[in-house]
Amino acid sequence: MKKATILEGRAIVIKDINRKAIDDIDTDMIFHNRHLHITDIKEMGQFAFGNLQGWEDFSERTKSGDILIVGKNFGAGSSRQQAVDCFRALGVQMIIGESFGAIYKRNTINSGLPLMIASEIMTDNIETGDKIKVNLETGEIANISRDTLLKKASPLSKVQLDIYNAGTLFEYGKALD
Amino acid sequence: MGKTIIEKIIKAHTAEDVTPGNIVWLEIDVRSARDFGGANVVKNLQKYYPNESQIADPEKTFFTFDCVVPAKTIGYAENQQISRIFARQRLPRENLFDVDAGIGSHVMIEKGIAVPGSTVVGTDSHLNILGAIGSFGQGMGDQDIAFAFKTGKTWFEVPDSMKIIIEGNPAKNAFAKDVTLGVLQQIGSKGALGRAIEFYGNTVESLDLAGRITLASMVTEMGGIIGLIPPDKHVIEYCKVRAGRDFPIYEADASVDYTSILEFDFTGLEPLISLPASPANIKPVSEVAGRPVDSVVIASCTNGRYEDLAVVAKILKGKKVHSDVMMKIVPATKEVYGQLLENGLINTFFEAGAIITNPGCGGCAAGQIGMTGKGEVQISTGNRNFIGKQGSGDTYLASPATAATTALAGEIAVPTI
Repeated sequence: MKKATILEGRAIVIKDINRKAIDDIDTDMIFHNRHLHITDIKEMGQFAFGNLQGWEDFSERTKSGDILIVGKNFGAGSSRQQAVDCFRALGVQMIIGESFGAIYKRNTINSGLPLMIASEIMTDNIETGDKIKVNLETGEIANISRDTLLKKASPLSKVQLDIYNAGTLFEYGKALD
Repeated sequence: MGKTIIEKIIKAHTAEDVTPGNIVWLEIDVRSARDFGGANVVKNLQKYYPNESQIADPEKTFFTFDCVVPAKTIGYAENQQISRIFARQRLPRENLFDVDAGIGSHVMIEKGIAVPGSTVVGTDSHLNILGAIGSFGQGMGDQDIAFAFKTGKTWFEVPDSMKIIIEGNPAKNAFAKDVTLGVLQQIGSKGALGRAIEFYGNTVESLDLAGRITLASMVTEMGGIIGLIPPDKHVIEYCKVRAGRDFPIYEADASVDYTSILEFDFTGLEPLISLPASPANIKPVSEVAGRPVDSVVIASCTNGRYEDLAVVAKILKGKKVHSDVMMKIVPATKEVYGQLLENGLINTFFEAGAIITNPGCGGCAAGQIGMTGKGEVQISTGNRNFIGKQGSGDTYLASPATAATTALAGEIAVPTI
């Protein structure tokens, strides 16, 4: 089944109190190791960004359908899938970042959550609350609230789109046999 | 165009075109999961493949428990038991390394499960430590690993490669950890993001296996996919003996087009230390000497080998750990633990007033050595000191020599070994 490749949602831009991008957000800031024993995705959302200064209440600030906007090297650190699943639990629709930790990027792609690399988005014309429209196949990001186009991002790769359309890595794998 | 080491390893494990940026299906020689992530691997297999074979090749599939050993929380105990029962039922008994075995990546080297040129995946984000023997190890999430258990393969984007050449003799009191921090200081936390590193130069060549493990382990903190150190004759011999078999050695071609080539002269490099709360926040130890310390941890996949602990024993021998310092020592594996016993190092540590625990990761995943409290200052030989990772205190990262010297002084101190 082919899914929508043009997504619309409210942007939630992860900056510090000085409105500067936070780079190198590691998986312990996203989903702390004291919660690692949790395997039920329904329980994970409440702990998203639970160890990221200024964003501890993320689960209350976000709503289903939000598009998460992050800086450089997002998801550095451990291989924990929960650091992706906690956002899926909250209904985050996709993640756009300047760059990602390698394992985090794979985990996001494999879980079927769209991930896009936009190398300058944190300094672009976008703030939390803006409504944006993202084309996964072309990398175009429109800020509907401000009626502007953002700098072009990298479109999703073929394997990314295939896994996204299949649902997860497992369903994609079955389709290959 | 010539091929890099990583391209040659991938080429030997895929039928597809191996060019950086291409996505290929990679055959995986060793598929593993640890106590962290392992239960989810099992749950994924049972959810997505309920009524079919869930393991492509039991002989190539392993469980290694190392994060929280033995389990000290009910959650970890339950997750280990899920993995343990699955492993006992589906795998050869010797493919389950239970809570006594130690750090999985090290066990794989010691047991000859990982060899130069092999492809290894697991739920340990420092599995790229296997670059120390020229093996392509890669940490992945539990869905990736479940898929690898089931199919024996994984999709992988062929990474770009960069070359780092390190020359020169560091100062006598500087060790592999200082060389590693030196590289991290130069290139930063994103310096190798998404890339494979190849390490060369006489500083690298002179590292023994333990030192190579230290260097390779922190490529994760540089953002890298893997740091490959071409195995020398000692490493090749070690792996051959351990594996009981031969293996091909892949070398980069002369005409390789690296994305970057960096050359560092580490002549006289002095001991370095990562300040809270980022591994890449690095200064010379001498600049922060004198700061009081409450706890000292000698552990982790980065610095938990016998050679690391032997340096610590040399410094502690006949002396006492400062009365205000908790010193915790964790050997990487059961084999290392045995060496400590056999050579009397446990006694040296005991006499000095240190705590010695069973092998494992120790602290990085809230393991058997406990956490730090608010205001507590800890110096660790580990690889990460992000805010909150090891409790609410501040963590510094340094070499075993610096950590041991600090334990005696009760404050951060430059080793004089």
